[in-house]
Amino acid sequence: MLIKDIQRILDAQILVGGEFLDTEVRTACGSDMMSDVLAFVKDQAVLITGLLNQQAIRTAAMMDMVCVVFVRGKVPGNDILEAAKENGIAVLTTTHRMFTACGMLYEAGLNGGCHIK
Amino acid sequence: MSVNGLHYHYVVPGDDFTRAGMASNAVKKILKQLGLDPETVRKLSISLFEGEINMVIHAGGGEIDVYIDDEKIVAVLTDHGPGIADIELAMQEGWSTASEQVRGLGFGAGMGLPNMKKYSDELEIDSTLGKGTTVTLKVKIGK
Repeated sequence: MLIKDIQRILDAQILVGGEFLDTEVRTACGSDMMSDVLAFVKDQAVLITGLLNQQAIRTAAMMDMVCVVFVRGKVPGNDILEAAKENGIAVLTTTHRMFTACGMLYEAGLNGGCHIK
Repeated sequence: MSVNGLHYHYVVPGDDFTRAGMASNAVKKILKQLGLDPETVRKLSISLFEGEINMVIHAGGGEIDVYIDDEKIVAVLTDHGPGIADIELAMQEGWSTASEQVRGLGFGAGMGLPNMKKYSDELEIDSTLGKGTTVTLKVKIGK
């Protein structure tokens, strides 16, 4: 799945990283708790979150994630968008809620990509 | 500690949560520039990030020293916070003394130390109540 597919499926607005629309996304993680995100290394992942602060971007950057989707119509401030630009991460916002957004992407073929050992 | 190689030093301010993680981000950039393999970079970055967050949440900031040689990366995180009363308990997944405010910021799920152990090849915690904590993380450099 590509970032532009995520944008289409979630009817999302792209806020930063329009140049990454053709980047492939292999797995996804939906959480507001960043340590839970950090617990599972994934490749080329998207983070779906309602956490609206710089730590969401910083966590994604640590994990080499390629895209962050903010749910429930949340629009991040400039500091967050700047941090995303700096780290080469695409940022999207969708009006869907977390559960729905994750479900829609899962239905379209994206999965969690790892299992708890 | 005597590691022949590179040494980087960072001061982590304790009063600004939004800045927490900036040192780890800077270290990650350096490791990438050095051309280390992505897995090694990620392991060290995530461990260090969790440690840096802990420093800000629990200890009012501190200092980070990173030593890099041909075989390994060693990060030493030093703080003068309250110390950890029971390290074994603190290592349990889900156990946390973080405030509701910190949880609202996306941390304090009790995964910090477990994640640091998971991603580092060696983790050493030296803590004295009322004096502070020194955490040493070691990650071997993959080929």
